[in-house]
Amino acid sequence: MTGKLSIGSFFLYGTLILLALAYLLPAYMTVVTALKLPENISLPTSWELPNPIDGGGFSEAVALLKPNFINSILLTVFATILSTVLGSINGYVFSKWKFRGSEVVFILFLFGMFIPYQVILIPLFQTLRAINLYGGLPGLILAHVVYGLPITTLIFRNFYTQIPDALMESAMLDNAGFFSIYKEIVFPLSIPGFVVTSIWQFTQIWNEFLWGITLTRHTANPITVGLAQLAGGQAVSWNLPMAGSILAAVPVLLIYILLGRYFIRGLLAGSVKE
Amino acid sequence: MRDVSPDKLKAVLMLLPSIILIALFVYGFIANTFWISLTDWGGVAALAETPVKNFVGLQNYAELFTGFLGGGFRQDLVNAVYYSVMLLVGAIGLGVFIAILLDCKPKGEDIFRTIFLYPMALSFIVTGTIWRWMLAPQGGVNLLPTFVGGNPLTFRWLTSMQAIWEFNWQNLFLIALYGLAVGMILIGFGTFRKNPARAGKRWLLPGVLAGLLTWLGGDLLPQALFMEETHGFNLAALGIILATIWQYSGYTMALYLAGFTGISQDLRDAAMLDGASDIRYYRHVALPMVKPITISAVIILSHISLKMFDLIFAMTGPDNAETGHPALTMYLTTFRANDFAKGAAIAIVLFMVAATFIIPYLVSNYRQKGSR
Repeated sequence: MTGKLSIGSFFLYGTLILLALAYLLPAYMTVVTALKLPENISLPTSWELPNPIDGGGFSEAVALLKPNFINSILLTVFATILSTVLGSINGYVFSKWKFRGSEVVFILFLFGMFIPYQVILIPLFQTLRAINLYGGLPGLILAHVVYGLPITTLIFRNFYTQIPDALMESAMLDNAGFFSIYKEIVFPLSIPGFVVTSIWQFTQIWNEFLWGITLTRHTANPITVGLAQLAGGQAVSWNLPMAGSILAAVPVLLIYILLGRYFIRGLLAGSVKE
Repeated sequence: MRDVSPDKLKAVLMLLPSIILIALFVYGFIANTFWISLTDWGGVAALAETPVKNFVGLQNYAELFTGFLGGGFRQDLVNAVYYSVMLLVGAIGLGVFIAILLDCKPKGEDIFRTIFLYPMALSFIVTGTIWRWMLAPQGGVNLLPTFVGGNPLTFRWLTSMQAIWEFNWQNLFLIALYGLAVGMILIGFGTFRKNPARAGKRWLLPGVLAGLLTWLGGDLLPQALFMEETHGFNLAALGIILATIWQYSGYTMALYLAGFTGISQDLRDAAMLDGASDIRYYRHVALPMVKPITISAVIILSHISLKMFDLIFAMTGPDNAETGHPALTMYLTTFRANDFAKGAAIAIVLFMVAATFIIPYLVSNYRQKGSR
C-alpha cells in the first residue's frame, strides 16, 4: 500500500494545492487591488503586488459604505433573532406536537423556501407600501423574517426530531405542558440548533440583494446595494470597489472561519433531509 | 374524535401566526402575482394609489412568447437554460472531484475544505464585483497563461457578442420533440442493464417511435413564431458561469463529502477486498449510494440558477442583453419600466419552471417519510 501511496499522494496533494490556489486567486486579486493607489491600477499589472501599499481605497470605501454597513447590521441582527425564535417554536410543534395534517402544513412551509422570490415581489412591494413599511428597515426585516421561516423551521424540526420522545413522555407524566417542556427540556438542548440557524440566517440576510434594492429607499439600503452602486459606475478606480467588497465580505467570512463547522451544518440542513 | 388536549391546542395556536404569514406571503402573494399577470397594470400611472388594472387574459404571456417585442425575453429563457445546464455540470463535476480527493483523507483536509468552501459565504454582489475585475479583457484571468510562458488570452469574457449553438425559435416544437425522443432513448440505454425488457418497452421503443414520427410529420407542426428568430448560447455568459461555479462547487463538495463520510468504512473495505479500484469504488458503490445527495444538489443548483439576479446585476450591469436572465428582466420590467403586469407574467413563468421540479421533489421526500 505504501508504494502506491507515494505516487498517488503526489498527484493528490499536487491537484489539491493547484485547486486551492485557483480558489484563492480572486481573494488575492481583491486584496492587492484594494491596497493600490488608483494611478497604479492597470489591467496588465493587475496581478502585481501593491507598491506602495495605500489605504486610501479602504478609507474611502468605509466612508461611503458606513451607513449601509450599519443598516445591514441592524437588519441582520433583528431579522436573524426573530426568524430563529419563530423557527424554534415552529420546529418544536412540527416535531413534538404533531397534529392531523401537520406534515402537509410542514411541506407547504418548505415550498416557500424554493420559490423564486420574483414571484412574490410585486405583492410584497404593494403590501409594504399599503402598511407604510416600504422604504425603511422594518419592512425589509419583516420580509426576511417571513421568508426565513421555512428554513429555520426545517432546521429546528430536524434538530428536535433527535430528542427522544421518551423524554417528552416522562415529562408529561410529571404534568409538564407545552411551554414547560419547551423551557425545561427542549430549549436547553437546542443551543447548537440556535447557533446553526442563526449563523445560516445571518449569512443569508447579510448577502441578500433583491429585496434590498426593491424594498428600501436610499437611506435604508443594505451593504449589498451600497456595494453594487459603488461598483456600478464605469469611471471608478478599482481599488474602491475591491475595498468595498472586502468590507461587505468580512462579517460573513469571519463567521465562516470562526464557526465553519456550524456553517456547514446549516448548509447541509438546507439541502439534505434528515 | 379524540379529545383535544389543551396543550395540543396551545401548540397549534403557537404555530398559527407562522401559518397565517406563510399562507398570505407565499400562497396569497403567488395568487396575487398570477392575477396581476392577467391584467394590463403598467404605464405612467402604475404607482398611483389605486392603479388602473384591466383584465386582459393571457395577453402578456402571448406577447412574451410570440410577440414581436418578446425576443429579448425568449433569449433570456434560452440563457437561463444554458446557465442551468452548465452550472449543474460544472459545479457537480468539480464538487464530486474535490470531494473524492478530500475523501482520501489528505493531511490538512480541514484547511483545504475551508478554502474550497469560503466563496459560498460571500454575497453574489461581492462575487460579481470581484469577478468583473478578474475577467476584464486585458487583465486578470486572461493574463494567467503568461505565468507559465504562454500568450495572454484575448477572450472578452463578459462583453463577447459571439453566440454558439444557435437555433431558430420557430422550430421550438420540433426541437422539443426530438429532445424528448433522445432523452427517452438515453434513459432506455441507461437502464438497459438493470431490466432490458422494461427499458425496451418503456423507453427505447417509444423513444425511437417518437423520433421517427417527428421526422416524418415534423413539417406539419405549427411554427412557434411568425418570423425567423435565432437564439443561441451567448459566450459572454461564460464569465458568469465561471464565477458561479467558483462560488458553488465548494457547496456540492461539502454535500458529497458528507455523503461519502457517511458510507461505512466496512463497505469500502469490502469493495476493496473484492478487488475494486478507487475509481470503481466511487463509480459503482459510493456515487450510487449518495444518489439522494445528487438529487438535492441538482434541485438546489437549478433553483439558484433560476434566481441569478444578483450576480448578473453585479457582473454585467442591468442593461446587458447578451447575458440577460428572466430573473433580472423581471426586475427591470417591473421596477424600471413600471410594466407591472408583464413583470408579473415573467415571474409566473419563472415560478412555473421552478415548481415543475420542486413539487415532485418535496412530494417524494414527503412520501418517503410517510412510509417509514
